[in-house]
Amino acid sequence: MVQNKINLLIASLMIGGMVFSCSGKKQPSGLRETQSQNNKPVSYEQAVEDWRNNKGVGPIIDIELDPVDQAMVARGNEVFENNCTACHLPYKEKIGPALVGITERRTPEWIMNMILNPEEMVKTDPICIGLLARYNAVMADQNLDEEEARAILEYFRTLKIDPQEDPS
Amino acid sequence: MIMNRKFLTFLLILPVLFIHTRCNQGGGTTGALGASNAAEKVYIAPGEKDKYYAFMSGGYSGQVSVYGLPSGRLFRVIPVFSQDPEKGYGYNEETKPMLMTTYGFIPWDDAHHPKLSQTNGVHDGKFLFINGNNTPRIARIDLTTFETTEIIQIPNSAGCHASPYPTENTEYLVAGTRFSVPIPQEDVPINSYKENFKGTFTFISGGQEHGAMDIAFQILVPGYDYDLAHSGKGVSHGWSFFTSYNVEEENTLLEKTASQYDKDYIAAVNWKKAEEYIEQGKFREMPAEYYHNVYSDRTHSATSEIKKSVKVLIPEECPGMVYYLPTPKSPHGVDVSPTGEYIVGSGKLSADLTVHSFEKMIQAIEDEKFDEVIDGIPVLNYDAVLAGVVQQPGLGPLHTEFDGRGNAYTTFFISSEVVKWSLETYEVLDRQPSYYSVGHLMIPGGGSAKPWENGEYLVALNKITKDRYLPTGPELAHSAQLYDISGDKMQLLLDFPTIGEPHYAQAIPASILAENQVQAFPLEENEHPYAAVRESETKVERTGNEVHVYMTTIRSHFAPDNIEGIKAGDKVYFHVTNLEQDWDVPHGFAVLGNNNAELLIMPGQTETLVWEPQNTGVYPFYCTDFCSALHQEMQGYIRVSPPESDIKLTWGLGDEVFGE
Repeated sequence: MVQNKINLLIASLMIGGMVFSCSGKKQPSGLRETQSQNNKPVSYEQAVEDWRNNKGVGPIIDIELDPVDQAMVARGNEVFENNCTACHLPYKEKIGPALVGITERRTPEWIMNMILNPEEMVKTDPICIGLLARYNAVMADQNLDEEEARAILEYFRTLKIDPQEDPS
Repeated sequence: MIMNRKFLTFLLILPVLFIHTRCNQGGGTTGALGASNAAEKVYIAPGEKDKYYAFMSGGYSGQVSVYGLPSGRLFRVIPVFSQDPEKGYGYNEETKPMLMTTYGFIPWDDAHHPKLSQTNGVHDGKFLFINGNNTPRIARIDLTTFETTEIIQIPNSAGCHASPYPTENTEYLVAGTRFSVPIPQEDVPINSYKENFKGTFTFISGGQEHGAMDIAFQILVPGYDYDLAHSGKGVSHGWSFFTSYNVEEENTLLEKTASQYDKDYIAAVNWKKAEEYIEQGKFREMPAEYYHNVYSDRTHSATSEIKKSVKVLIPEECPGMVYYLPTPKSPHGVDVSPTGEYIVGSGKLSADLTVHSFEKMIQAIEDEKFDEVIDGIPVLNYDAVLAGVVQQPGLGPLHTEFDGRGNAYTTFFISSEVVKWSLETYEVLDRQPSYYSVGHLMIPGGGSAKPWENGEYLVALNKITKDRYLPTGPELAHSAQLYDISGDKMQLLLDFPTIGEPHYAQAIPASILAENQVQAFPLEENEHPYAAVRESETKVERTGNEVHVYMTTIRSHFAPDNIEGIKAGDKVYFHVTNLEQDWDVPHGFAVLGNNNAELLIMPGQTETLVWEPQNTGVYPFYCTDFCSALHQEMQGYIRVSPPESDIKLTWGLGDEVFGE
């Protein structure tokens, strides 16, 4: 767990460092690929619209998605049940938003960075900043490792349609 | 970064140097340079960390407090032998067994000598041990969680002062009885002391492993007061030493009567020989009840085992096991040099400091240079074991530690000073005042085979403060004083208040402990029988008038947070599991009118609070540890109805409500 934290720290330091060296001024780094030279704050609506270009900030830089791996889905479901359901449900809003369809509105990297690095995401990512204003609660860091976060992502890939809305 | 800081420091000091030079030209010697230089040595910039962890006994507070050195900043108080309303130790159901003894639940004891575990005579940073003085016990503190995780009671003992002073590889912890008593206890006239009272030296095995402490054996000795101890190391590995006073065996007005003789004794115990006698079956099995309490970080609970007997060795039946070294007058500390060769006895009423030689002691035993034999214990000839004497170093010597450079440092209670002297020439090299009445002293590693950095700092642990701080009514904080001892002369750097009495202390480089710290307890390893490790496991169960609430916390809600169907007179157990898995996110739990306690639950931990509401109404509960931006929203309600009411037991969170 400690090692995991250190990795995270190193990763965030590296990214922080990169942003610092580009513009010489720390700015929200969540959208570094879309408007890294622009100091104007990005609105939540704009950021949501441009979600395909937002990988978030954290240890995950690039993820290649293969066809859905059912073993990983089962593992992700278990990790999600154990660590996330106090605030998130798959098909229903609780403390935070329902997660059905999340992979259709956030990049895989953003999702994993949100799980692995919520503290920094909440402070710097324009989508997160907007979500905080809507939901009020700050997401807790459950100290999951990359394997666990990746498994949750795989599980989320199966949450495309609410079964209650689609009796078939 | 270090370079930068040093350079900055240099720049800062430059003008001071200038001013100081000018002062000197004027013939004055101000403390300006000294003060600035001392400030620089103890200044830890915001965000920077201290070099050492220091563990200071709280003395009569029954706790251990953790400070940084050189800054003197307080980081934590670890409850050991006393209940702690900050952490719930001794209040929550899980830790109550830690304070159980054959005398019942003891909420407050007197903690004396913290000692770090050792490997090859060097502090290994695994555990800290400390003795409970009043109701004899030894506790283990785990240095990955800074929690008390094991306590063993010492039977056939009273006033467990000469303790725990581990052997070179923590094979044993030791415990000598300060107060001799009838052993086994019996109803006898107090003035039959000489006839009926005895002392014991107890050797406790299992120090290296959590949960393994056990009374290996006890040695029954004459009824003196056994004051302090130290185990040998290096050449003297295999031996432990105990000071004694009141060899007069008096039972009243000891202030006067226990100081009649010129010399008392340091008892030298050959514990390897004792092991042989145990092996040969030369012990007596003696009935003696004592508690062994062990806390688990998986069940987050302590359990008690009551043990029934001990193995006792009698010196008369076990020749070669115990010897007495005559030592002038009522020696207090007995301190062994880093090589194990020198045994310093601080005769607290003696004008001189006595240093015995281990090598000479072994020779005297071989040559049978015995002045007399007391209850099977040969008294070695004083001159035959003496290595040297420090002549008139001060008044009221108490304790000595070492720097690993051939120097020893002794505290003097009456003359309020720390004196540095040479182990080679027995000459006094330096003396510095303490403010006031210093008891123990501590050099990081200074009682072990390896003083860190060859003696960099010395901490004097003072008994009296008087005018040193802003006054706070009749009771004043005790103090610790930090000296730089890296040079020829000691320099007083800092003077900081402490919790309780800083009776004795240990320190270890932060680098050894910091990276091993537990940040949260993994939920998947939680084996508490009443844990709810996810919200779907939360529930409320009733059996008769006993109600068990399986509750969870996470920023920023309880589950369940509305409970109905509790009845006045019920005994309600709140088993609260903190679902957080992040560092430094404990949650608290308090319910209106609870006359027992509150809870403070670490991430991944389960703790239990008992609540017995007597009156009907609706009671709020809430999180007491500011946890998040919505901390104030972290609250809930419990409805308490009359005993005869037919309100169903229900619990819920949001729009989800469950029932029996």
